[in-house]
Amino acid sequence: MSQLYFEDISDGQAIPDVVENCDSQRLVYWAAGSGDYYQIHYDKDFAQKTGLPDRIVHGALKHALLGRLLHEWVGDEGRVRRFACQYRGMDAVDKDVTAKGIITGKRTEDGQHLVDLDVWTEDPDGKKTTPGTATVALPSRS
Amino acid sequence: MTQTTVITDKMREIIGKESDPVTNEVDNTGCRQFARSVGYTDPIFFDEEAAKSKGYRGIVAPPGFLGLPVVIPGRPSPASPYSKLEIPYKRVLNGGTDIEYLDDVCAGDKLTVTSKISDLTETEGKLGPMLIVSTETTYKNQDGKVVAIMRGGAIRY
Repeated sequence: MSQLYFEDISDGQAIPDVVENCDSQRLVYWAAGSGDYYQIHYDKDFAQKTGLPDRIVHGALKHALLGRLLHEWVGDEGRVRRFACQYRGMDAVDKDVTAKGIITGKRTEDGQHLVDLDVWTEDPDGKKTTPGTATVALPSRS
Repeated sequence: MTQTTVITDKMREIIGKESDPVTNEVDNTGCRQFARSVGYTDPIFFDEEAAKSKGYRGIVAPPGFLGLPVVIPGRPSPASPYSKLEIPYKRVLNGGTDIEYLDDVCAGDKLTVTSKISDLTETEGKLGPMLIVSTETTYKNQDGKVVAIMRGGAIRY
């Protein structure tokens, strides 16, 4: 993978999407990986008893997918410094979750070359269910 | 102001009080399992040699993974400040997650985790009156360095 540098990017640029199909196996992997075993995410009967139409994707999994979106974009020498999101809408099991980002600013602070972004996840209808912001550090050519 | 509030003086006193520490262990298997669950393929999250070749101390904890708490059945775990709040609303939604990294987190790290309620705010939403409980959790590694801060908000309604 070729390394991305601070000088290569500019405001308004979109970064490459990450798409993950969140089927029930994915949600069980996440339950084990995160330690969140709340049954609304993998037990359909349980989810429906709480009034949901079906199992729903964990909010924190969508947050982690935004982390992956950033990690895969910044390359080996980049670092994810901060990533935040709000859980505004639910995503149902078995659907694609698409993580997206767009650059909103660049700055140099304490010798670090920082890039700010708007990030979010979308459901298959293009609805932003998880809007957020992020900051990454990139290496500089200079 | 005539508006009623569910925030009592007792609840206000809890704001800003640090919890007793909990230990989170970051180990190889935990990093791999988390990375797999998010769909990562970068070998730094799975293979120690690959991580070291990129300058890390060991297998890297993927963004969002800050280890798992050590839970020993039969031993009491420290009560979180959140559990001490007497909130009249039964239902809860996770409002959001914000993680700030101040350094790398790698397998082998032992993180000392403390949390506090940073704010209590009331609002009126589609679901009726709501109380937003903001929390701030600090992760310090074995060298005493703060490596991450997580901010979150629980919505009670």
